[in-house]
Amino acid sequence: MKLQTSNSKLQTANFQFQNKACDGPLEFEIGSLELNIVAFCCHYCAYAAADLAGSLRIQYPASVKVVKIPCTGDLDVSSVLEAFEYGADGVMVAGCLEGDCHYQLGNFNAKRRVNYVKTMLRQIRFEPDRVRMFNMSSAMGRKWAEAVTEMDETVRRLGPSRLREKETKETKETRELVQEAI
Amino acid sequence: MIVAEQKPLEEIKGLLGDAPRVLVVGCGTCVTVCFAGGEKEAGILGSLLRMSAKLDGGPKDVTEATVQRQCEWEYLDTIRDRVAEADVVLSLGCGVGVQALAERYPNAVVVPGLNTAFMGLPIEQGVWVERCAACGNCLLGLTGGICPIARCSKQLLNGPCGGSSNGKCEVGPEIDCAWQLIYDKLKAQGRLHLLMDINPPKDWRTSRDGGPRKIVREDLRLVKEGN
Ligand code: SF4
Ligand code: SF4
Ligand code: FES
Repeated sequence: MKLQTSNSKLQTANFQFQNKACDGPLEFEIGSLELNIVAFCCHYCAYAAADLAGSLRIQYPASVKVVKIPCTGDLDVSSVLEAFEYGADGVMVAGCLEGDCHYQLGNFNAKRRVNYVKTMLRQIRFEPDRVRMFNMSSAMGRKWAEAVTEMDETVRRLGPSRLREKETKETKETRELVQEAI
Repeated sequence: MIVAEQKPLEEIKGLLGDAPRVLVVGCGTCVTVCFAGGEKEAGILGSLLRMSAKLDGGPKDVTEATVQRQCEWEYLDTIRDRVAEADVVLSLGCGVGVQALAERYPNAVVVPGLNTAFMGLPIEQGVWVERCAACGNCLLGLTGGICPIARCSKQLLNGPCGGSSNGKCEVGPEIDCAWQLIYDKLKAQGRLHLLMDINPPKDWRTSRDGGPRKIVREDLRLVKEGN
């Protein structure tokens, strides 16, 4: 119960910050308020798509942190859980379009593993929507930006992960300083 | 190999109760290859338990250790200190591993994280099937290498029964009739004459009916001092 109260506070603070942040091009880490989405991207498609989005200067939420893997078929469920355990608010698994995996069926295997992670998250009563699989080709820079935006919206709606470390005195001070500055 | 699967998380949490410190012990042999209780699975379960503790309460201090083989005491000596520090030891070994841990460390509270299912093999990645029931008196030489004890639902010695239809067992449409398999195999090998002999009733004393089983090999036992 306690956790939830502090959560909703965090969430409110987070929204306030977001609203203010919209007014100016502020880009910095402010401890527990910044959302963190880890994206496991396959080398051949999703990673290339993210790269393309960058070259095309397409805007997408800065909450995403990309981890390159050779193929989503190489995804290890323990890596996804590790991300959540260490406080990630969301995890994206992004691979090639179905039928286009450079290792034939890696992305179909990944899809099953993502579903498996969802069942595990359900068992610990943690929102399964925080993990999701995406498919795109290397030419789909815009699709990458859309995917990240969608995921960012989902995670923002769910609020920060309840598994995050609680705010410490130091991070609280930093946050308050930043908020004052805004 | 011994095939096992993980218990539901709720049940595991129930077994752990309020113990603050939990040691998850994986096993590097059978349960590693059936993806139920190896180092990776111990890590995943540890991670889930820690997250679950943060979300809903439960043991917070969960650590993992994996031994090469949980069913031999020598391997268990490597985790002596870790076991001593834990309030509950959650074994991811098969039933033998759990008991080996409990015997080696009489003061430790050891609970199982797996359900030990059967002795079998993987027929494809992610699918395991039963092949032997350890009856203690192997008949495979008479049945073309197909076990009628583990694979015939009625453990018939002179099958098939009347329920065999189109190669499937009457117990379930997905179960191959073991006696159909035996017949087909012996026919293909030109050894159908083996089926002309009636097998006598099986002596089950070598199996579960004779109490706990034991094998003693005097040639292998070490001579004790004074003998
Ligand atoms: S006959 Fe007995 S020992 Fe042989 S495979 Fe079947 S159950 Fe195992
Ligand atoms: S149908 Fe075949 S496998 Fe099933 S009980 Fe009868 S003989 Fe055994
Ligand atoms: S190479 Fe992209 S998903 Fe397999």
